Amino acid sequence: MDATEKTIFELSATGRKGFRFPSSDVPSSDLPESLQRKDLPLPELSEVDVVRHYTRLSRLNYSLDNGMYPLGSCTMKYNPKICEKAARISAFANLHPLQPIESVQGAVLILYEMQIILQEISGFPACSLTPAAGAQGEFGGVKMIAASLRDRGETQRKIMLIPDSAHGTNPASSVMSGFECLAVRTDERGNIDLNDLTSKCNERLAGIMITNPNTLGLFDENIVEVIRIVHQAGGLVYGDGANMNALLGIVKPAELGFDVMHFNLHKTFATPHGGGGPGAGAICCTEQLKAYLPGPIADILEEATEEVPPLYGYRMPEKSIGMLRSFWGHFGIIVRAYCYCMMLGAEGLRRVAEYATLNANYLMEALKQDYPLPYDRTCMHEFVLDVKWPDAPGIRALDVAKRLMDYKFHPPTNYFPLIVHEALMIEPTETESKETLDDFIKAMKTIAREARENPELLHQAPTETPFGRMDEVKAARDLKIAE
Amino acid sequence: MNIHPNYFYSKNDEWVSVEGNKATIGISDYAQDSLSDIVFVEISVSVGDSLAAEDNIGTIESVKAASDIYTPVAGTVSEINNKVVDSPELLNRDPFGEAWLIKLSSDTGFDTSHLMDADAYRKYCEDRG
Amino acid sequence: MFIPHTDADRESMLAAIGKKDLNELFDVVPEKYRFPKLNLQPGLTEPEVTFLLDEISSANLSLDHTACFTGAGAYHHYIPAAIDNLISRGDFYTAYTPYQPEISQGTLQAVYEYQSLMARLTGMEAANASHYDGATACAEAGVLAYHQYHGKRKKILVSAGLHPHYLLTLKTYLQDFDGMQIECPKATSLDEISPEKLEEKIDMDTALVLVQYPDFFGQIQDFSELAKAVHEKGALLCVCINPIALGLLKTPGEMGADIVVGEGQPLGIPLSYGGPYLGIFTTRKELIRKVSGRIVGETVDNRGQRAYVLTLTAREQHIRREKATSNICSNQSLNALTAAIYLSLLGRDGLRAVAKLCYDKAHYAAKEISKIHGYRILNQRPFFHEFVVSCPQPPSDINQHLLDHGMIGGYDLSEEYPMLGNAMLIAVTEMINKEDIDDLCEMLKEGEHHGRH
Repeated sequence: MDATEKTIFELSATGRKGFRFPSSDVPSSDLPESLQRKDLPLPELSEVDVVRHYTRLSRLNYSLDNGMYPLGSCTMKYNPKICEKAARISAFANLHPLQPIESVQGAVLILYEMQIILQEISGFPACSLTPAAGAQGEFGGVKMIAASLRDRGETQRKIMLIPDSAHGTNPASSVMSGFECLAVRTDERGNIDLNDLTSKCNERLAGIMITNPNTLGLFDENIVEVIRIVHQAGGLVYGDGANMNALLGIVKPAELGFDVMHFNLHKTFATPHGGGGPGAGAICCTEQLKAYLPGPIADILEEATEEVPPLYGYRMPEKSIGMLRSFWGHFGIIVRAYCYCMMLGAEGLRRVAEYATLNANYLMEALKQDYPLPYDRTCMHEFVLDVKWPDAPGIRALDVAKRLMDYKFHPPTNYFPLIVHEALMIEPTETESKETLDDFIKAMKTIAREARENPELLHQAPTETPFGRMDEVKAARDLKIAE
Repeated sequence: MNIHPNYFYSKNDEWVSVEGNKATIGISDYAQDSLSDIVFVEISVSVGDSLAAEDNIGTIESVKAASDIYTPVAGTVSEINNKVVDSPELLNRDPFGEAWLIKLSSDTGFDTSHLMDADAYRKYCEDRG
Repeated sequence: MFIPHTDADRESMLAAIGKKDLNELFDVVPEKYRFPKLNLQPGLTEPEVTFLLDEISSANLSLDHTACFTGAGAYHHYIPAAIDNLISRGDFYTAYTPYQPEISQGTLQAVYEYQSLMARLTGMEAANASHYDGATACAEAGVLAYHQYHGKRKKILVSAGLHPHYLLTLKTYLQDFDGMQIECPKATSLDEISPEKLEEKIDMDTALVLVQYPDFFGQIQDFSELAKAVHEKGALLCVCINPIALGLLKTPGEMGADIVVGEGQPLGIPLSYGGPYLGIFTTRKELIRKVSGRIVGETVDNRGQRAYVLTLTAREQHIRREKATSNICSNQSLNALTAAIYLSLLGRDGLRAVAKLCYDKAHYAAKEISKIHGYRILNQRPFFHEFVVSCPQPPSDINQHLLDHGMIGGYDLSEEYPMLGNAMLIAVTEMINKEDIDDLCEMLKEGEHHGRH
């Protein structure tokens, strides 16, 4: 059966209406003809058409409400429904960003308290919630390093070290901040190679971007030493918080010696991914760097007295790198994350890291019998398998990933990190039950068997989904991105 | 894997063929094969530009990868192959022939001493698997 | 709370991996730093957190009960009921980025439709899957222009009519780009914000000219001549739009723009105290490979069905790493979906209708306010749904007076634009009734009698 859904343009019929505005209660005013557009080529549909169209489309999606996403470094955990409801409270959703500060005290309080919560979790004394996403947080954090080096008069420090296991945003953010990137090798235990690191630390060193646990799911055994070496060479240490889910209540990055880090609220604090966004980022940093934070930052402008509560408002850090976007940040996402943190509390947050780590180790232990495991030691919240079977040479990570869809699972992250050739990077998160994990293990083991016995099944997969593999070459060559 | 016997090769998998004061530059069969289906070619230099060896001359993209292209030798751009810009798939079909990228001219000839000959390049490719 | 494990599950899982307790999982963390105390309150149940958030939100004044005359980049519009119903489907909002197209056609087709709608609305040929907001879309236009000329052209010329936050964001993004200069000619009056003023400053070092339409002060100006002047110098023209205004106004495409950016919030996205919003980004076809961010394209699957995929991904950071044109690795997918639903519901007539309502109401408001002693409309040129009022008192005093009467006044311009004097930027959308406008005028008159309240 053809699963294709017509587009809204194909569904359009001249004269159909999906929504009506009230008629005007003021006199009509003229707009000069020369400033008017000639035509407005928008589709015309009824409300029924629109609702059915998008409902049908929604059914073509896999989603968290539908099943598990073992996506490494993405932390696809369940999105609590109460957090959605919280963001829709009228006095949160229907607030103008520029209405008088006295009329939004509840909103600024949430921003202020969320800053405090993230400071407490990370151990840093300062926080900015303005980044629109993790990548923007990273960009802001790296720019803070650039700005502080400029202030120190050390503009010759141009080298940003980036472990070869890092996410692509790390080098991209560094270049956008004026740095040159230099890769640092990973050693055979999955740690940053100390010899390689030492050899690259010199008077041109600006800093290092560390994801810890790294994208192999491993906590760097030498992290304190790595940070010491970089600091001694005059560099600063950036912490990519993509994998913070493993560290909540387990260790504070600030205490390990990091200088600045970002959070992804849509990973660690369960806000929904929305099919690719919006998420939200946050930056936390040391006392030395806090003057450079992007702003504005929520603060108490007038302390509380016995009669009146404090007055919340904003201030721009003295040497701020500036604004990263308009207004105050992704408030609607921050409300969800705040709601989540308030429900978990200190103990609940630590349980998140514990059970995320338990789930990952449980899966790893079961799967390493069937899939090569390049780094075999206790992992944190995720781990990486290498799909490299001598008796199934034609099978690639992609084939395993696609076949998983036939067993009703979203595939793991594949071909990342780059240092593992046929990588399958698996992060179950804490919200998956033992039963779900057991089902996943069963599917993975079946696929490992199929790879030997009937590899075509994997090459052809998926076949049980509404759509099959895509012609990506056609998409790029016959580029059609709008109609 | 094809390797043209008379061309010189760079470590970045470009080839250069020299005929007197003219040189033609392209990417090798190994390069097109590892990129797989090529969907986009951009030549970022223009006729008349004078280039030093290792200057960037453009970008080649496949569905899953992108590669910057550098000239292996110095010279002045004399011709650009617009056919390959319009039909990038040519690179997959005929990297050593029809899908050349640019031609250079130079009054002083071309220094290829830092480049590999066909035998050395074959070994270089085999070592990378 | 959201962890399903029973005690028995935990024990059997620990046994399976050979650990005696959960703590043992973290032996790799240096003992000195392991298990720090988190000084946070104990967790709340759902009823408790509901009560807490209700209490916190009661310190906010919702626009549900308030007439709001503030715009300045975020606008209070009616959101059709079908939108929240559709975007609340878990299949949409709990889905991941559509990297696996076989099981993500819902998101992919919705984004493709969004791209098509944005291209049509702006009169351009191509669109991306969105940026974070209007400000970052402007910044990414700057980044595009930098790469278009391989860093050789060093100047970005910005109209003084650009939203101040957008200018600041552009500066943040480009301050570490080798030698890039952002030039924003100062204006001492609204009159001086004109395409002619900018034309004089365009030279062969100019990569991009960035203007806003309608501009921050509501003014509508035709940029067709500017486009010619920009192109004569081989540079790019970027026009930052309000999508509702384009229900009526000549498109930037017709004027000859190369890039169109804008804030998509007015298209059915709640104000939500400033975010998350939607960064519109459309271009001429030739520029599409220089555009950062995700792009969805049409293709077929191996069963011959029409389908959609993320395409041109080789531009992006996960492949190009330090050579990528931008570090962006998300889009505002759910908000792009919202905009697509909004425009599908309103259609051709609906968008025209809401634009006309805004236009008429704003012009009625301007006319009425201009009748009040001491108040003057500073806009000399045509404006859309926002205009600048010169007031007899500091706008902050007036706004306080209005707030005391449950009304949100205009945006106070006096701090950022002191040359305009006691000026206030007033926005009027279809959510404002004639009665609200008349009430506003009454209160302004009262203020006039009482002086400082």
